[in-house]
Amino acid sequence: MNIFEALRVAFAGLLANRLRSSLTMLGILIGVAAVILLVAVGNGAGVQINNQIQALGANVIFVYPSNAKGAGGVSQGFGTSQTLTMADVDAINSHQQDPDVVAAIPIAQSGGQITFANQNYFAPTTGTTVDFPQVRDYQIAEGSFFTQDDVAAQHRVVVIGQTVVTNLFGTTDPVGQTIKINRQSFRVVGVFAAKGGTGFGSQDNVVVAPISSVWAYLSGGRGKNVSQIVASASSANTVTQAETEITAILLQRHQISDPAQADFQLQSQQDILTQANSIATALTLVLGAIAGISLVVGGIGIMNIMLVTVTERTREIGIRKAIGARWRDVLLQFLIEAMFLSGLGGALGIALGAALAYEAPHIPAIASSSFPPPVVSIPSVLLAFGVSVGIGLFFGIYPANRAARLHPIEALRHE
Amino acid sequence: MIKLESVKKTYRMGKVEVEALRGVDLLVESGEFVAIMGASGSGKSTLMNIIGCLDVPTSGRYFLDGTDVAALDDDQLAIIRNRKIGFVFQSFNLIPRTTALHNVEMPLIYAGASNRRPRALEALEAVGLSNRADHQPTELSGGQQQRAAIARALVTNPAILLADEPTGNLDSSSSVEIMKLLIQLNQEQARTIVLITHERDIAAFAKRTVELRDGLILSDERRAA
Repeated sequence: MNIFEALRVAFAGLLANRLRSSLTMLGILIGVAAVILLVAVGNGAGVQINNQIQALGANVIFVYPSNAKGAGGVSQGFGTSQTLTMADVDAINSHQQDPDVVAAIPIAQSGGQITFANQNYFAPTTGTTVDFPQVRDYQIAEGSFFTQDDVAAQHRVVVIGQTVVTNLFGTTDPVGQTIKINRQSFRVVGVFAAKGGTGFGSQDNVVVAPISSVWAYLSGGRGKNVSQIVASASSANTVTQAETEITAILLQRHQISDPAQADFQLQSQQDILTQANSIATALTLVLGAIAGISLVVGGIGIMNIMLVTVTERTREIGIRKAIGARWRDVLLQFLIEAMFLSGLGGALGIALGAALAYEAPHIPAIASSSFPPPVVSIPSVLLAFGVSVGIGLFFGIYPANRAARLHPIEALRHE
Repeated sequence: MIKLESVKKTYRMGKVEVEALRGVDLLVESGEFVAIMGASGSGKSTLMNIIGCLDVPTSGRYFLDGTDVAALDDDQLAIIRNRKIGFVFQSFNLIPRTTALHNVEMPLIYAGASNRRPRALEALEAVGLSNRADHQPTELSGGQQQRAAIARALVTNPAILLADEPTGNLDSSSSVEIMKLLIQLNQEQARTIVLITHERDIAAFAKRTVELRDGLILSDERRAA
């Protein structure tokens, strides 16, 4: 029996029981659609995270204090010690030992209630130096960034991001206005252009002030703390060299001979990207695995229906064997029927899953949220189709073999 | 053509062994029309299953068209059934939801034959059913269904036609029609026909009657045509 004949027989068998065939197919259809959609959601989240990390600025290296060790060497958590100083930043910026570093800036974070007129808003205030726009890749949309003089003289000036503008000023021009951060007055001298990216620590929800002013007015007498140093390498290819150079400078300055004992740690853009990608991949896998469970359930449905079909058609199997069907002829017929059910269900499921993934961003409730648009990946489509046909094969083998091994006499006697 | 030598068949039903055939010797020559008669429990169904290569004897030898069938495995038996035996059943046993033409084509499909459609049409024409080729079994009368079944049995040009109570589900006029068709096939195409029946008036159509009782041949009578 050739494949076409087997397909024809399988198709006729399925047509004879339309409702049953459709319901069985629905099991696989929903399973495959769920896999396609959930994997697309996972992919979409991954793509969005990547975009946001790229928006942090290219070639960026972050230097954090390492975990402080308490008595007995108990780690107190990431960034709990204060080992970085302004002098470290100056040393890196002297460019004597680090030709691959373009600029380094200190960061001192201070949270604070921000008020303007009768509006108030919460945004982190970042204290830094004049190289901030260059290192973090910010453009000035209006006004200007603060100057070296502002830093030296602890001027109360700030530059704010678009999210802050929207929330505090509405239609008012912010440049030249005075806002209050923790009841201290600051004058807005500039506004950053929007960097895009939503949710997840928005790059536009920033207030940037001279680090000296943050120390003097906002950090509540906690001293001249540098919570991190951000440096930019000359290009993506020199990030690794720049990291080595910065490490050498800081080890020397902190008088640490064993790099394993360093009281600081470095993280580059690439490191973050790699980590984020592995998180996104894990997310996609988890979502796919959850959806995969429904595929297995659909497969069991196929097995169930095929067993019923074999019992119902026992007599037909007996006739076919009497007129010369061999073991493999009968096996092939029922296997193809099972694979046809699962394959067609899989193809329709892919269409449904992909359609839902493409339509999702157009649904108002989803469009207005920060839900990442799903991205259907071709490998997931091919895999889902292959798996669904494979499920037909796997769950079809037992019923088909049962049919193929029926004894012709007993099968013919079956009523 | 068909040669059985002291064929025995024993079934196990739970702990009891049942001897369905207790040593049958039978020779059927090419072109014969033999009726095998017997009451239920006489072993005639078992004998038909063995002649039809649906089952193998427990002991003894069975030669079909020169081939020793007793030693073949399931797939080899399927090939023998496909090439050398045409079955006609009491309940027609056409495949449902499948046209008469396609039913007749079926043995050719399993044989991997080419030219299937013209051969199937030819067989339908031989039984006078070419005008019903595209009808499904439910759209045919009992007599027509049995004609289609005979066409299916003939299409591979088998050595023997094995008819198991072919008129058991038919009214008397259709029965006579079917028996006339079998006689015609025997006389005009020299087909070897083995007919299993428990009705004496149906057996009377054959030239030779073999009667079974308790798994043994009771009588073997030939009539002049």
